[in-house]
Amino acid sequence: MSFFSQVLAVARKDIISELRTREIISSVLVFAILVLVIFNFAFEPDQALLSEIAPGIIWVAFVFSGILALNRTFIPEKEEQCLEGLMICPVDRETIYLGKAIGSLFFLLMVEAIMLLAFALLFNVAVFQLEMIVIVLLTSLGFVVVGTLFSALAVNTRAREMVLPVMFLPIITPVIIAAVKASALVFAGKSWSDIVNWVIMLVAFDVIFIVVSYIVFPYVIEE
Amino acid sequence: MSNKIISAAEYAVETFDLAKSFGSYRALRGVNLQVQQGLALAILGPNGAGKTTLIKLLSGIMRPSKGRIMIDGLDSRENSLEVRERLGLVAHQSYLYSNLSAEENLDFYARMYGVPNRQNRVSDVLKLVGLDMRRHDRFSTFSRGMQQRLSLARALLHEPSLLLLDEPETGLDQQGLDAIWSILKSEGEKRTIIFSSHNFERALSMCDGVVILAHGRIVFQERACNLDMQSLRHKYLEYTQTVTL
Repeated sequence: MSFFSQVLAVARKDIISELRTREIISSVLVFAILVLVIFNFAFEPDQALLSEIAPGIIWVAFVFSGILALNRTFIPEKEEQCLEGLMICPVDRETIYLGKAIGSLFFLLMVEAIMLLAFALLFNVAVFQLEMIVIVLLTSLGFVVVGTLFSALAVNTRAREMVLPVMFLPIITPVIIAAVKASALVFAGKSWSDIVNWVIMLVAFDVIFIVVSYIVFPYVIEE
Repeated sequence: MSNKIISAAEYAVETFDLAKSFGSYRALRGVNLQVQQGLALAILGPNGAGKTTLIKLLSGIMRPSKGRIMIDGLDSRENSLEVRERLGLVAHQSYLYSNLSAEENLDFYARMYGVPNRQNRVSDVLKLVGLDMRRHDRFSTFSRGMQQRLSLARALLHEPSLLLLDEPETGLDQQGLDAIWSILKSEGEKRTIIFSSHNFERALSMCDGVVILAHGRIVFQERACNLDMQSLRHKYLEYTQTVTL
């Protein structure tokens, strides 16, 4: 069986399990929408103010709901004591990492799609633009590849829900800054040529994070 | 299905000066063990003797602090993937997902082990452990005995040449015990089996060899044919200094 089939087997297992319980999606979605509603009432922004604060609102909701989701990446394996079962399978540790990351990315993109729809409705902003979709995809990828690594690191600690954001947020900050800046330009009606530098920065971070996380993960997951 | 799944190497398992420490606590202190291909070995010993640690080291879940493990003539550190392909493990935990059905759980592991003719093999092992009729039921709805049988099905799914079982009888009623041991008896003819247990009777009736582990060391080993219940109990008490039964 090929490497990719085994990666997909891990992702498929996580997706089936989550779609059956909806533990992550429901809680994360409620949290994200709640954040948007609170911001909507707090600012009651006009169009001029909105273009300035909209990127911040979107990415604050994204970061905190995303951390909630990433916290659950390895916790079910730990709670059900299945991590050792994965470890004895004749697959490289990287297979487990990529499968978990793909599963998390799937959930996160589902939540983001609904969150952006809620944002568009609440704030009357056209978010479903090609540039914005590219930014969301690249940011989510960077977020998930690092988050999956740190989730594996945090799962063996006692205060894992606290440990993940403390370790993870400083690392992911450059990605979030790039996402906020690029989104602000999109909402200001700028063209591709204006946002391309931020997009390149997101791509660069994603590539670096994927390579580093892929290499480091086997050491993190080992005893 | 009656063919033996045995490697060409003389020994299924060899350990050399195997040691494992947890901080300052030494769980295993230089274990040297040789198990010939196709034999069944019981590891007896009181709680804390190091039985689970030894099984976890052999299965590759833990890394030894010192020493070497050879499985089917392969160094377990240098040939980690090949060794894991040859191992089946039934541990205290089932390693199965409560939200997935019996069939989905086995299908997942069959994918991970690259089992050919996946669907047929999943059906075969479900029939073997008597859970064919419950294949679509979620694992969380299973009784402890059924969970243990499904765990055994998971361990046998990829036809391992070496089956490791860590106290497989824990938490089972008589019916569950009989079911597990009858499956193991038929499957044991095809492969090498090592299991840890507190059950002397099973150890003597199921196994070709018995090892007593105490304080992280092998203190006694003998062929089962040279032992009876009384002599085994006597040796156990002599070497472990604990009262049993």
